[in-house]
Amino acid sequence: MSKLKAAYQTLLNKWHIVIAHRFFWPIFLIVGLLFSIAASTFDILDLYLQLILIYVGINIILTVSLNLINGYMGEFSIGHAGFMAIGAYVASLLTVNVFPQTANMFLFPAAILAGGIAAALIGLLVAIPSFKTRGDYLAIVTLAFCMIVKSVLENIDAVGGPRGLLGMEKLTTLPWVFFWTVLSLWVIRNLVYSKFGRGVLSIREDEIASDLMGVNTRQVKVIAFVVSSFFAGIAGGLFAHTLQYINPRMFDIIKSTDILIMVYLGGIASIAGSILGAFIYTILLEILRPLGVWRMVFMPLMLVLLMIYRPRGIMGLREARLFIPLRDLFASKFWRQKKKESGDASAGD
Amino acid sequence: MVYIFQQALNALQLGSIYALIALGYTMVYGILTMINFAHGDLFMIGAFFCFLIAFYLKLSFVPTLLLTMIGVAFLGVVIERLAYKPLRNAPRVSAIITALGVGLFLENFTLALNPYPQHVPALITDQTWTIGNVSISSLQIIIIVLSLFLMLILDFIVQRTKAGMAMRAISWDKSIVPLMGVPVNKIISLTFAIGTGLGGAAGMMYGLAYPVIDPYMGIMIGWKAFISAVIGGIGNIRGAMIGGFILGSVEIMVAAFLPSTYRDFVAFTLLLILLIFRPYGILGKPNPQKV
Repeated sequence: MSKLKAAYQTLLNKWHIVIAHRFFWPIFLIVGLLFSIAASTFDILDLYLQLILIYVGINIILTVSLNLINGYMGEFSIGHAGFMAIGAYVASLLTVNVFPQTANMFLFPAAILAGGIAAALIGLLVAIPSFKTRGDYLAIVTLAFCMIVKSVLENIDAVGGPRGLLGMEKLTTLPWVFFWTVLSLWVIRNLVYSKFGRGVLSIREDEIASDLMGVNTRQVKVIAFVVSSFFAGIAGGLFAHTLQYINPRMFDIIKSTDILIMVYLGGIASIAGSILGAFIYTILLEILRPLGVWRMVFMPLMLVLLMIYRPRGIMGLREARLFIPLRDLFASKFWRQKKKESGDASAGD
Repeated sequence: MVYIFQQALNALQLGSIYALIALGYTMVYGILTMINFAHGDLFMIGAFFCFLIAFYLKLSFVPTLLLTMIGVAFLGVVIERLAYKPLRNAPRVSAIITALGVGLFLENFTLALNPYPQHVPALITDQTWTIGNVSISSLQIIIIVLSLFLMLILDFIVQRTKAGMAMRAISWDKSIVPLMGVPVNKIISLTFAIGTGLGGAAGMMYGLAYPVIDPYMGIMIGWKAFISAVIGGIGNIRGAMIGGFILGSVEIMVAAFLPSTYRDFVAFTLLLILLIFRPYGILGKPNPQKV
């Protein structure tokens, strides 16, 4: 009973956190959505800035979905661009060849969703080797998968082969990107803080121990891979309808490395870190555009320095307060305080 | 029959290049249990070194080979010192990402300095002999014989010398060996030097045998060599040689009977199947996870 009371007391003391939690997100979502609609219909932002924001959104989706596997689950996947490719091709084929031209505006979300689902199904396949192998070998499996996707796409003439696929309309708009970004963040944040999410974290800490504690590690891995590849597919669909042209070479190891850099720049196992990483990296690349080719020299150098001096990234293993559910926030605060008290007491003795 | 003979010769040529690069992967893995993803790009650097030396210094074959190997080996040691050494006790994932970063850095740096594909000038006058109906070029013979020679030297170093014994000891148990007075850092540097030097030699041979070299050629060939190392059992030096020749023959066979664009697909599918059913390769030993 005293525990509850103490928890209640902390709650009363920290009412501003509660208020912030209750009101920040609805206000943020409404303002964000209105802003994105206004920006794309009226001339508030010029097209270049809109395009950068679209890229930031797509990169956030990619980063947060890869973070689920690399950050939260502690596995190592370098094949994220392969899932992205599947999503991009499926969505583009639907809008170009299947859906009637006039209805494209309305069926666009369905195309994106189909791309995501196709990627998720393939993600299911890739999850199977992850039961047995992990670490370096899983990295190779995912990379081999990425190369196979690229190679298959290059050999199918119906999707343009190495020439690529053309003819998509520019259907990706700022409101849609905002919607999908928020959706991906919402789903992955809620997954991570659910019972399932505890299972994901326990695999990162010690797979065998978590297995012994009754976590169904296979199921957890499959779900994590499926969710992650689903959102990579979504991002691919959005990407294809931004650029209006895709070819298999866009989705090679270099693209995967880009996503890895964003994950490890922003911070592993952190939603806020994913957003930060995608944002900083995308903006930085745009700012450095005058450097030309040397920009691409700078980018991997940044990754190496990051790994040596700050291997967990800016927000590594930490989370912005607004992303943590109130219950977890207070639980951790309560226990920290409790620990401090008992520590003081023992020091007094 | 003639066709098969001719293709077997091509397979031997491609396989020896793969095997030389695979040795670098497998040596570094054996000693550091780390996949040096930048190794394929060191191979590419080897080809460009050879190009620079042959183009500007106009040396003959043997000095060019030695200079290329020394140059690439030096670069390999520098990379190990600057990028990998600080991460020796970090999580393995950090080391892999660093290696990927170093590889991309080498590619893009070369691209920034030299945006066009290049052609390595011929260092030896190429002669072609025809025996029966099989034509053999002198270049092919040099590549195959030289690779076999380098592999024999490597095998001698690893099996018969003191430094080689230290290498094998470190890959056996990394924590005890320093207590026995083995200079671990020096041995690791030596391993990198030998492995990348062989990669450099492979780069030079590739540059001589194939028409163009470009900054991104190291990615695909590096991966093929890595697959060879996995086929033979990564960490196992003789396995890497065998794996290189196996992959070389498989690729030549695929190119002979299917459209050549299926080559990468077959190679990577082979890798996936292998990793699922026999992840420790042909000569490797299974390494059960201890609790």
